Amino acid sequence: MNWAILFKAQNLALFGTGIVTTLSLLFASLAVGAVMALVFALLLTGPWAPLRWLVGAYTYVIRGTPLLIQVYLIYYGLGQLEWIQARWDTVWPWTHFKEPFFCALLAFSLNTAGYTAEMLAGAIRETSAGEIEAAQAYGMNRVQVMWHIVLPSALRRTLPAYSNEVVMMLHSTSLASAVPSMLDVTAAASRIYSDYYLPFEAYLAAAAIYLTASFCLIGVFKLSERHLLAYLAPQKH
Amino acid sequence: MNAYVAAILQGAVLTVGVSVSALLVSIVLGLLGAAAKLSGRTVWVALATAYTTIIRGIPELVLMLLIFYGGTIGLNNALEWMGSEATVDINPFAAGVLTIGFIYGAYMTETFRGAILSIPKGQIEAAWAFGMGRTQAFLRITAPQMVRYALPSFTNNWLVLIKATALVSLIGLQEMTYAAKQASAATRSPFVFFLFTAGLFLVYTTVSLLALRRLNARFSLGAKRGTL
Repeated sequence: MNWAILFKAQNLALFGTGIVTTLSLLFASLAVGAVMALVFALLLTGPWAPLRWLVGAYTYVIRGTPLLIQVYLIYYGLGQLEWIQARWDTVWPWTHFKEPFFCALLAFSLNTAGYTAEMLAGAIRETSAGEIEAAQAYGMNRVQVMWHIVLPSALRRTLPAYSNEVVMMLHSTSLASAVPSMLDVTAAASRIYSDYYLPFEAYLAAAAIYLTASFCLIGVFKLSERHLLAYLAPQKH
Repeated sequence: MNAYVAAILQGAVLTVGVSVSALLVSIVLGLLGAAAKLSGRTVWVALATAYTTIIRGIPELVLMLLIFYGGTIGLNNALEWMGSEATVDINPFAAGVLTIGFIYGAYMTETFRGAILSIPKGQIEAAWAFGMGRTQAFLRITAPQMVRYALPSFTNNWLVLIKATALVSLIGLQEMTYAAKQASAATRSPFVFFLFTAGLFLVYTTVSLLALRRLNARFSLGAKRGTL
């Protein structure tokens, strides 16, 4: 065991860059994914059958195939299409498809959107009928009921399941290392492994970083659940 | 083109092999873990808790690389230390099966623990009162009902496990993701081959979902459901 190598300035810097990449990938894909998930969840529980069916098919495919294949499809696959090839040198959004970070971000966002949309749709469907009836009795219309009554409670009730999804996404960002030239925590460990032939030290360090990050995320969610879900806790007398 | 499709299909068979073997490992570890957690002995409980907490906090890919690359060096160092000249290579199939089995064993531990806790204690006491031993009570009373309580979460774990096998391609096992990557590098039509592989995965997950749903219906026969 040679732990000292890990603490050489250049290797610490490598892990530092890795942590920044991993966290930016995580938070950016969660942000994009959450917005998409909200729209998808509203469509999944909405009145238009064709859209319900379409979004349902989307979440089914996303949840039924490995994320690694989704990353490959976007990073390697889309470049094959002539339609994109014709545009990715000049036309704006398509120029991004040459950047590994963008491709990884796109794959992760689409993936987490699929899982989160189903969770949120579940929470919306489980809103108690009485609350909705009461809102209608007050004369609220469909949009008002959704905006004032259903969503505030459904978003909170999704929180425990969503905290799992966030930790899963943190772990999923390690797949970014499968895309060449992406330097996340796992890729940093792989580089140290191949430079010094020290697999235990390199990957154990990566594991420790992920473990710490997981615990921090879980802690933050526990705290916010205590605050935001206080009204669902058993009543104290 | 056809040769590449054939290679992917061959890889698809290997994917089934890896997933089913890893599932068996994870079931054994899950049962052991659940038994340890419910044993009430401080040491066992602490060990099992450490196992489930640590494993579920680390990405599968990192664990897999750790076990595959670290394991190879560790074994060779151990051999050298014992004075042997021989070197061993861990084969990617074994590394993949053991790692995935080891990871999902942690998830199965929670599944089985929850299922065992869902069985009313009175039933076990009644079994003991009838003179059954611990093993007999487990086999006749706990196990058959445990299946019913464990199935929904078991189904989830299995679906995630199948998808995790794609990662084994990164340590060089030639399952279908690996074959698809080879094919797309050789033919420059990655989109087609990755889409085909994604389709095969979708077939696996769909078939599993349907089969496990039927099994769930079978094991839930006679279970009373509350109606509102």
